[in-house]
Amino acid sequence: MRLPLLALLAKEPAHGYELKARLEQTFGDAYPSPNIGQIYLTLQRLERTGLVQSQDVVQSDRPNKRVYELTPAGREAVVTWAEEPSDEPRIRDDFFMKLALGPMAGIADELSLINRQRRHYLGLLRSLSRLAEDAPESNKIGRLLIDGAMLHLQADLDWLERCQGELL
Amino acid sequence: MTRTHALSLRRPSAQLLRPPAQLLEPGPDPEPGPDREPPLLRSVGLTKVFQTDGGPVHAVRGVDLWVRRGEFVAVMGPSGSGKSTLLHLLGGLEPATGGEIWLDGKRADGLTQAKWARLRRRHIGFVFQFFNLVSSMSVADNVEVAALVGGANHRQARERREELLEDLGLTAKAQAVPSQLSGGEQQRVAVARALAHRPSLLLTDEPTGNLDSANTAAVLRLLRRSHTRGQAILLVTHDARAASMADRVINLFDGMIVDDAAVQPATLRGVAASSVLELRG
Repeated sequence: MRLPLLALLAKEPAHGYELKARLEQTFGDAYPSPNIGQIYLTLQRLERTGLVQSQDVVQSDRPNKRVYELTPAGREAVVTWAEEPSDEPRIRDDFFMKLALGPMAGIADELSLINRQRRHYLGLLRSLSRLAEDAPESNKIGRLLIDGAMLHLQADLDWLERCQGELL
Repeated sequence: MTRTHALSLRRPSAQLLRPPAQLLEPGPDPEPGPDREPPLLRSVGLTKVFQTDGGPVHAVRGVDLWVRRGEFVAVMGPSGSGKSTLLHLLGGLEPATGGEIWLDGKRADGLTQAKWARLRRRHIGFVFQFFNLVSSMSVADNVEVAALVGGANHRQARERREELLEDLGLTAKAQAVPSQLSGGEQQRVAVARALAHRPSLLLTDEPTGNLDSANTAAVLRLLRRSHTRGQAILLVTHDARAASMADRVINLFDGMIVDDAAVQPATLRGVAASSVLELRG
């Protein structure tokens, strides 16, 4: 979550809890609520590598808060990220390894691997359909994210069918 | 592709294509116990062979399936796997070559076409990919006539029509003829018509196959809602999203069942499904 955090900081400096709240607000239920510890850990790492810098802001009624902002190097990193086309994985690598190696090793057969994976995808699709129904109309980003995940799953299912046709 | 063919087994799908038991989670129980009521629909060793110029084509090869009362079952599989043929056999639209069909505890294969027609009018609703509405009749009449033919009296037929059209948000279009409706609306009318005679079983073949995503969602919502109210549905589809709504998904391959399992809302390593949407970077 390095780059999403850099992107949020490119808008304006923020502290950890603000970043967490913004992620939640943007993605809604489509994205599991980020762990605050993980956010702070990532921020510390980003600071060590010189992409962000921070300073303590004194608050009268509460403990000080640490506000993070992008360094020029951080801005460059996030702009480069935004300008690059993304290389997402297009197949489920782990499953592909099982399918390729399991039968060969005698630890699994193709049909049960494919069936189990199909059931899993269908179950995920079902969960995502529910998530989509519950997502508020106003949260466009969240809805698009869910749609995207569902389309990926449909492609995965098509591909399983292809595997079944070729291997069985 | 080489395939193992069933010899003289009654249940080739179960015995030859099921993987070793220890590799599969336990599937649903195919034989209802003595204390359970018989399934609404059941086929035993169902086969269909088409005679073509190129020789016999074995479209359905020994299918054992069942649909319980109120159950929603989806049949998936690649094109040419025999899904649609299977649905036609189960609805009596085409005679099976072999095997048995039981509807509501009564043997239905081997019935004459007239008897099948009567059975369908009373007990089965159909929705196909193309709406098959009567083009010269209004939306209201399309639905009402189906109820009448299914044995409702005029008052009941009118009530059901009003109820269904309201449910589908089509009350305002009741007097329109089908050609004045969008494809999505026509398909909703087709669903209403299929449900008008309160069938115990709805058989549907790619009901969303011809629709855009908004209309697909509307038709799926409709199916799910009627299922929630107790409608048994057998849905043949290529649309994984549609299939994922079912209680159980049967996978057909080369005319045989290769998988039959309940759909459980899945989680990814214990986390909610939302974690498929993992942020990278």
